[in-house]
Amino acid sequence: MPHNNLQLFYVANFYLFGLIAIASAVAFVTRKSPVSAALWLVSTMSALAAMYVMLDAPFIGVMQVLVYAGAIMVVFLFVIMLLNLGHPSEIADARGIWWKLAGGLVGLALLAQIFALTRARLPEALVLPENTVADQIVRTGAIAPLAGPLFHEYLLAFEVTSVLLLAAVVGAVVLGKRKDRDYAR
Amino acid sequence: MLAESLFFSAVLFTVGVVGVLTRRNAIIIFMCVELMLNAVNLSFVAFAQVYGASGQVFVFFVMTVAAAEAAVGLAIIIALFRHRHTVNLSNINLLKG
Repeated sequence: MPHNNLQLFYVANFYLFGLIAIASAVAFVTRKSPVSAALWLVSTMSALAAMYVMLDAPFIGVMQVLVYAGAIMVVFLFVIMLLNLGHPSEIADARGIWWKLAGGLVGLALLAQIFALTRARLPEALVLPENTVADQIVRTGAIAPLAGPLFHEYLLAFEVTSVLLLAAVVGAVVLGKRKDRDYAR
Repeated sequence: MLAESLFFSAVLFTVGVVGVLTRRNAIIIFMCVELMLNAVNLSFVAFAQVYGASGQVFVFFVMTVAAAEAAVGLAIIIALFRHRHTVNLSNINLLKG
C-alpha cells in the first residue's frame, strides 16, 4: 500500500476486480462458443492484472496485460479462427450430467481442501525480508526490486528459461509443419 | 489482503479444474489450464507483497512456461485437427482401452 489515505481505495478496487475476475471465469467455463469463452478469459486476465497493481506489483500487472491478455490469448483466438471451430457439432461439447456432477464434487472437495490450508501456520525457519516490496518500489521504482533477484539469485533459472523457449519454438514449428502428402491433396 | 487474495486464487483455480472436467473441446480445456496458472500467479503475487519480491520473479517464470506451453500445445491441437478434423476429445480416443 503506497499511502495510507489510498488504502481504502486499493482494498475496494481489489474486491471489485476480484469479483469481476471470478464472474468472468464462471462465464468463460459456461460459454458454448470457443470465441466468447476466449474473450471472457481475456476479461479475467485483465481483472487479474488490476489485482496485481493493488497488490504492489505494477510491473507484473503490465506484463500480465502484454503477455497473457495480449500475446497468449491472441494465439488462442488465432487458432480457434484458423480451425474454424464455430460450427454446431463442435459447439455442443459439454459432457453429460454425470461428468458435470463429478466435476462439481471435485470442485467442492478442492475448495474445502484449499480453505483448510488457510489455517496452516508459517514455518518458524522462514526469514522475513526487512522491508516490503511496497517500500522498495517507493525507493527504487517498480522494476528494480524484480530485476535484482532475477539477475542474481535466479540467473541460472533465467538462462534455462531461454533454452526452454528455444525448444518450444522448435517444437511448435515441427508439430505445425505440413507433411508433403498434405500438399498433394 | 493476503487472505482475500488466497480466497480469489482458490476460487479461480477451482473454476479452472471444473472446466477441465466438464468440457470436451480441447482448446477450452487448454484455456482452463491457463486459468489455473493465473490463479497460482495471484497467490504468488499476494505472498510477494508480504514476504519479498521473489514471488514476483516466480510469476515471470510461470508466464514464460505458460507461453511455451501455449505454443507447443496449440501446435499439437493443429496437428490433431489435421488428422481427425475435430478437437472434440470424445472423438479422439486412440489410446482408449
